[in-house]
Amino acid sequence: MRDRFIDTTTTLLAEDPRTALVLADISAEAFAPAARLHPDRVLNVGIREQLMLGVAGGLALTGLRPIVHSYAPFLVERAYEQIKLDLDHQAASAVLVSVGASYDRAAAGRTHLSPADVALLDTLSGWTVHVPGHPAEVPGLLRATVAADTSAYLRLSTLSNAHPHPGDGALVVLRDAGPGAALLVAVGPVLDAALAAAADLPVTVAYTHRPRPLDTDGVRALAGTEVILVEPYLAGTSARVVTAALADRAHRLLTLGVGREELRRYGSAEDHNRWHGLDAAGLRRSLTGFLSPALV
Amino acid sequence: MTTLATTTTRIAEAAAPLDGRRPVAPLLERVRAGRQFGANVHSTLDVLWVLYDRILRITPATVDDPDRDRFLLSKGHAVAGYYAVLATKGFVPPDWLDDQGGPESRLGDHPDRTLVPGVEIGSGSLGHGLGLAVGTALGLRAQGLLEPRVYVLLGDAELDEGANHEAIAYAGAVELANLTAIVVDNSSATHGWPGGPATRFTVNGWTAATVDGRDHAALHTALTGHHGHRPHLVVAVIESE
Repeated sequence: MRDRFIDTTTTLLAEDPRTALVLADISAEAFAPAARLHPDRVLNVGIREQLMLGVAGGLALTGLRPIVHSYAPFLVERAYEQIKLDLDHQAASAVLVSVGASYDRAAAGRTHLSPADVALLDTLSGWTVHVPGHPAEVPGLLRATVAADTSAYLRLSTLSNAHPHPGDGALVVLRDAGPGAALLVAVGPVLDAALAAAADLPVTVAYTHRPRPLDTDGVRALAGTEVILVEPYLAGTSARVVTAALADRAHRLLTLGVGREELRRYGSAEDHNRWHGLDAAGLRRSLTGFLSPALV
Repeated sequence: MTTLATTTTRIAEAAAPLDGRRPVAPLLERVRAGRQFGANVHSTLDVLWVLYDRILRITPATVDDPDRDRFLLSKGHAVAGYYAVLATKGFVPPDWLDDQGGPESRLGDHPDRTLVPGVEIGSGSLGHGLGLAVGTALGLRAQGLLEPRVYVLLGDAELDEGANHEAIAYAGAVELANLTAIVVDNSSATHGWPGGPATRFTVNGWTAATVDGRDHAALHTALTGHHGHRPHLVVAVIESE
């Protein structure tokens, strides 16, 4: 996904003189060719994340469209007040693109993990959030968000599904278990594990790469009385959205995702998926536990 | 203590060259509405007046002109004099000054750029203006807008915020020549700046001038003293009274 982001951004910088890229050393080497071609619009401020967002706000105030990129914890968490004030409060907007996700670099430890990024951005208003599930989804999402004039966050990961599901973010049904079945909404790269977990269960599986704004019309159209959310970041991040969408219906909601506890374990992203119950076996355990009263 | 009479006299002096135009003093009094102003308001008034009266190429008719100079008030609490100067120069109706902070007012205790014509940034939380100014200066340069200059006003205590030091080092390193920072130094930083605030900038390649913050001629010289390829700093020293 990072490679597709770099290629697409390099092309956008050449195509549209309104675009600018702000970096804080992360990925700077990969953008060196673009920086040579557009030295005034590829700006590496060094390891200065507060300034990276402040610069993005200033660029936007002059009419440019900044793309801002770093590791997720440094982009979203370290510079949160700059996102809130230097962009939103100024009525300025930008496209933020992170790498690292919840635990792509698990061996790097807590400092490089960012399971709470989407929840933190969700404290703000008007942001579009894309969590692509496949590298081939990235170019279209990046182009669409840069062409828009609102703020957006693209959360890239080394984890991926086998096949891309592009589109605008409306729920896509990949497994239809028929009327009355439980609805599982999978966000981004957790789709394949969710499909495997639900293979022989009465569960309809729908996919989106766009948790904000979540396709609540789609949720209402597909949901029966049981809804399961599977998200590759903090568990429950989208619970409030689904709960509000179904406020007029009796329903049960199960929210699966990354736990809050700091595990203090290294290993791989796949290990962390397993420890957080986001692998196929773990998801299946959670699904059967949630649905068993209905299955009996 | 700064008395009202002292304040009024000083503002009258500031407005004196404005024969036939509205002076700032009565407008600041409308903002004040009987409240006691802190040192931050008075320490900033002279530099604001020199900027808007003699330096900035911006008028109420050009607040959206890409070629305008930008003034960013980073220390957003110094807002009373700012509003009074903006009203004096016709950016906002004087009527607005009577209800600062009220439920229907567009003028808060910190300024909001979306509510006040001529205000370039919303500020209040310290340490944001310089980064926004650096981005603004870069954005103008990237679009070939080489005439406009970006001025940003901070306080010496505001320099405590680390975000400023990210911006100071970077602006010097990339020779951001269309940027002028102004630090109003009324010795309010809790732990001080030994050697003066300017040393923090010049070591990073800025040019700097330190002047009496009440001396309009000296302020004008310093504020127009930028040259060459480096960002410029003006330290406006305000002696405690």
